[in-house]
Amino acid sequence: MSVAVAPGSTARPMTIALVGSPNAGKTTLFNALTGSSARVGNYAGVTVERREGHLTKVEDEVRILDLPGTYALEGETPDERIVHEILNGQIPGEPLPDALLVVADATSLRRSLGLVIEAIEHGLPTLLVLTMIDEVKARGGRLDPAALGRELGIHVLGVVGHRGVGLAPLRRFLLDPASWPAAQRLPKMAEHDERFRRVDALCAAAAADSLGPDTRSDRIDRVLLHPVFGLGIFALVMVLLFQSIFAWAVPSMDAIDAAFGNLAEASRTVLPAGWPADLVADGILVGVGAVMIFLPQIVILFAFLHLLQDIGYMARAAFVVDRVMGWAGLQGRSFVPLLSCFACAVPGMMAARTIASPRERLATILVSPFMTCSARLPVYALLIAAFVPATSVGPLGLQGLVMLGLYLLGALTAFATAALLTSTMLRGQISVFYMELPPYRWPTWGLLGRQVWGSASAFLKRAGTIILAASIVLWALMSYPKAPENPRFTKVEQSQANLEASAASQLGHFIEPAIAPLGFDWKIGVGLVASMVAREVIVSTLAQLYAVSDSADSFDLREALRSDIDPETGRAVFDLPTALSLLVFFVFALQCTSTIVVMARETGSWKWPTLAFTYMLALAWGGSFVTYHLASRIL
Amino acid sequence: MRSLAELAPGESARLAANIKPSSRMASLGFVAGTEVRVVRRAPLGNPIEFEIRGARICLRSEQVAELAVEPLATRGGLEPPVR
Repeated sequence: MSVAVAPGSTARPMTIALVGSPNAGKTTLFNALTGSSARVGNYAGVTVERREGHLTKVEDEVRILDLPGTYALEGETPDERIVHEILNGQIPGEPLPDALLVVADATSLRRSLGLVIEAIEHGLPTLLVLTMIDEVKARGGRLDPAALGRELGIHVLGVVGHRGVGLAPLRRFLLDPASWPAAQRLPKMAEHDERFRRVDALCAAAAADSLGPDTRSDRIDRVLLHPVFGLGIFALVMVLLFQSIFAWAVPSMDAIDAAFGNLAEASRTVLPAGWPADLVADGILVGVGAVMIFLPQIVILFAFLHLLQDIGYMARAAFVVDRVMGWAGLQGRSFVPLLSCFACAVPGMMAARTIASPRERLATILVSPFMTCSARLPVYALLIAAFVPATSVGPLGLQGLVMLGLYLLGALTAFATAALLTSTMLRGQISVFYMELPPYRWPTWGLLGRQVWGSASAFLKRAGTIILAASIVLWALMSYPKAPENPRFTKVEQSQANLEASAASQLGHFIEPAIAPLGFDWKIGVGLVASMVAREVIVSTLAQLYAVSDSADSFDLREALRSDIDPETGRAVFDLPTALSLLVFFVFALQCTSTIVVMARETGSWKWPTLAFTYMLALAWGGSFVTYHLASRIL
Repeated sequence: MRSLAELAPGESARLAANIKPSSRMASLGFVAGTEVRVVRRAPLGNPIEFEIRGARICLRSEQVAELAVEPLATRGGLEPPVR
């Protein structure tokens, strides 16, 4: 047992770890305590999200570490293992916490006190915070934190985290864990049922009555989980999600597009003509701008996902679809990670850490890259807008239907691959599913905003680093070496010749034989090579490729793609079969360095990402080949 | 004795004294003597939502098939004494 030291007497800040079950209100409390000092990172070597911050106003003295939610301290899932390892000082670079702040939902004390007792048994100074005490009163329950504290032998405080109720006394206690009553060391109990027997006795002694039912949640659930309508409502929520991404985001996307266009024009007037203006306008602004357009869609998607999570619908969705996921050897808990993959496979694979069964967790991670992530969206949106006619099929637009088809193709392939994996390589391990349905709660808008900002800023960081760097490198590859000046050439012919002579062109021509059967020319080849860094880079690459060889003042990538003519054959480089073939390639291929790296870390071996990359590349090549030749014949 | 998987939605029962839950299930409160109520089945029939120890927990029916339950009337479990 570590001994807590008085503040100021040591160089090292004191660390207090937040422990609690999922949905106990831990994160809300953490945000209320640490405010803007909260930082999200990873534990060394693993990608479990590591949240820490300083207790506000006492910067150097108290560090608060938010641990993943857990029902017990044994550590069965990877998330829970982190809690176990932190509490036993087994993580390199993480000091053993000086004290534990255990967070328990006051509305389910008979369950949540089990973890509290286990934490007290652990032997570190412990303080219990009961959240949702307002709901206890609203549901006609009685609760006396002081009486409970006397029974447990520790301080017990009640708070309402999102309203700041009860935080002031809590902060005072957090400053000085040395003053906490040393809980009489509870003997370590071997079994949970012994702990729950104690919990029942405690609740009786502390007059913590069982509450009336949560009638509001019950009423909502009678509709949302209705035997017949439940599935329909689930489908409706999903449709609404996609509708919001594709329809509602358009105005702000157009605005961003226009802003970058104006910026590029303005930079040409300000910067000296020649390479500085070319680099900024054709390289950086076209490249970064082509990707930045998708910020609104990403914000909407993440806002939707976090909102569903915060109000409590995500757990219900997992409950509703568990059976369906089971057909593919997955489970309800796979649903939330896979849905997150519509934003990005990296947080999706990390969210799979809550899946208790190793087989289902691995299968979920391996099929994650098939879900249509937001980096594919720029590619789909560009090619569909440029090549799929804007006609309508009944009440629906053809372009929207093609987009939906691509999403479905990805999701169905994920499903089929999961079924294949769990019936072959991953066969025979048992399945463990459990899910708590939290009471419905109004979202805390501040927390929601913070979560969405976190996701959006990760995207902006990518645009500002990877995409910016790739844009500059690709611009250089496309611009040099230049072809000799030919006085008989027009401006357009000269820039075409320059592009043909460039290093990018040589690279593209080198791989052209491998992709020609798919209907791709060397320009797409350059884009494909570049997109191995990150998928959306192909959009900036194509934008740059065409902008470099374009002389018009206003540059429209869609128009440029449509009007590109192969000088040798006189046929269009890009036609509908080529576009469809490229779309199918992007549905299947694993072109994302971060996904590969995180998959290796999450599965603990390079075997799985290697397998996934090869499998997906083979599917991509085969799928594109079939698509191109079928489409060429039919269309 | 009946199994927890056999209860109909709305029915309550007490987990029997001789059950051997996995440590995961036990940490969720599925321990001998605890009262449990079946709230509903998922629209596709499985999993099952239970109310236990003030929380709503969903488990697949095959996971709870091994857990025997007894009617609530038989006392002698771990229910705290009525004050």
